[in-house]
Amino acid sequence: MSEKQVTRRNFLYVTTGAFAAAGAASLAWPFVDQMNPDASVKALASTEIDLRPIIPGQSITVMWRGKPVFIRRRTQAEIDEAKKVNLADLPHPEEDSDRAQNPEWLVMVGICTHLGCVPLGQKGDYNGWFCPCHGSHYDTSGRIRKGPAPTNLEIPDYVFLNETTIKIG
Amino acid sequence: MSENYAPKSAVGRWFNDRLPLLNLIYGHLLPYPTPKNLNYWWTFGGILTFCLVTQIITGLVLAMHYVADADLAFASVEHIMRDVNYGWLLRYIHANGASLFFMAVYIHMARSLFYGSYKEPRELIWIIGVFIFLLMIATAFMGYVLPWGQMSFWGATVITNLFSAIPLVGESVTNWLWGGYAVGSPLLTRFFTLHYLMPFLIFALVILHVWALHVPGNNNPEGINVVQGSQDTVPFHPHYVVKDMFALVIFLVVFAGFVFFVPNLLGHTDNYIEANPLQTPEHIVPEWYFLPFYAILRSVPDKLGGVILMVSAIAILAFLPWLDTSKVRSAKYRPLYRQFVWLFFANVILLGYLGAQTADGLFLIIGRIATAYYFAHFIIILPLLGYIEKTKPLPKSLSEPVLSPEERQMKAAASGASA
Repeated sequence: MSEKQVTRRNFLYVTTGAFAAAGAASLAWPFVDQMNPDASVKALASTEIDLRPIIPGQSITVMWRGKPVFIRRRTQAEIDEAKKVNLADLPHPEEDSDRAQNPEWLVMVGICTHLGCVPLGQKGDYNGWFCPCHGSHYDTSGRIRKGPAPTNLEIPDYVFLNETTIKIG
Repeated sequence: MSENYAPKSAVGRWFNDRLPLLNLIYGHLLPYPTPKNLNYWWTFGGILTFCLVTQIITGLVLAMHYVADADLAFASVEHIMRDVNYGWLLRYIHANGASLFFMAVYIHMARSLFYGSYKEPRELIWIIGVFIFLLMIATAFMGYVLPWGQMSFWGATVITNLFSAIPLVGESVTNWLWGGYAVGSPLLTRFFTLHYLMPFLIFALVILHVWALHVPGNNNPEGINVVQGSQDTVPFHPHYVVKDMFALVIFLVVFAGFVFFVPNLLGHTDNYIEANPLQTPEHIVPEWYFLPFYAILRSVPDKLGGVILMVSAIAILAFLPWLDTSKVRSAKYRPLYRQFVWLFFANVILLGYLGAQTADGLFLIIGRIATAYYFAHFIIILPLLGYIEKTKPLPKSLSEPVLSPEERQMKAAASGASA
């Protein structure tokens, strides 16, 4: 056979191989995707909460998508403390006003952004939250101030349905 | 060695002619030539095989009673402990068996490090061993999650969250692993499935490990090459079969001591509290055998950096045969390495201690130094030692170091006369 000549057989070889590879890949996807959150898990994606029983300085923890969500009715002192922080001092700079739609209500996922533990409230060096697992300190706006966590506590999507009810998710 | 084997019974011959399985087993277990000076540190291979089989058998029967569902798992483990006949025994053997498995594997690896068993021509045996170790880590971790106690749940949370450190796709990967938005039932069920599968993968790798070992034959405490079938070797059976059995009996005494007297010594009391996704225990610690790696993870103030370093701490082992530049295997003939290898062992134990402490203040500083030293051992000390160390002269045979000076002279004279 002459050197490097593309024959009909080469063509059949490559196309057959390509079809087999594409077929295998598309068949592999269901085996991978079956592990992703299923329909029943996604169906639990929103929660409504009545805020009336919570007085200033009190927090509640609700479950949303299997995760704890902290809802804290902040005191004026906490709000002031969160507002006066210099953004340049923050590892993950965010304004308090971007984190709380209504400054009185702080709603955030109660999961440390380091490795997923639940931080303890009103503890730590910044009067906010403290994660006992690896020592991350969050402030009164749930922003990371000290420790290994890379980002601030996550703010879930939520809306105030009316003055006293919010819907998370 | 195995070609000459002929089964004695007619049935055996009939079978063996059609499938030479008996030949294979015979060759690898009976006349297999083994260096005559192997010490008790070499008995851990057999002990580890025993551990694996024990875990598979006890795990199989535990799986007949366990329920892999977040609402039922904790209660089913208590059901095994209280109601199932001998359930307490089977579970304690399985739980302590995991700890003893790791104790044995660490000794087995330390033996390899001390006597240079990972060096040419045994690199692949070592690398297969590193993969076995990795699978053991994954299997043990997933197994620890199954009782669905507080430590199970939060251990699973912390470790699966390590994947969230991956840039860009981290969150999708963790949600994929969880089958949800947090650790829950889907994760438990898939961990159970994988926990059941992995021991069989380990078993397959063990076969490759032994197969690869039987090509060059065992290393030995002198670390010199021995000629298979020479005066330096003895048949595996009965010499090492009996020695391994004796070591196994001693090991079983320790094993039984844990199972019958202190079955919860190595566990954590928090794991007898059912998993609560709203409350993290005050102090999360992994099982003792992961503590050195946990200390490395925590010594880095950066999330991704910590994960990378912890994974590297294990991955670097696979490169050991090329990081160690010395041609001499045994630490017996390497005066400097001998000291450094002990320092390395001490450092790993120190890391293990630090892994159990809270990561702040002095502990954190020492943890960082110990982590740095762990890596320095592999990427600075080992490559350099090969060039600067003056090794001691190696013996010509396994007999030479144990002969008296007179015997040695006689032998030299005899070989001189014959030459």
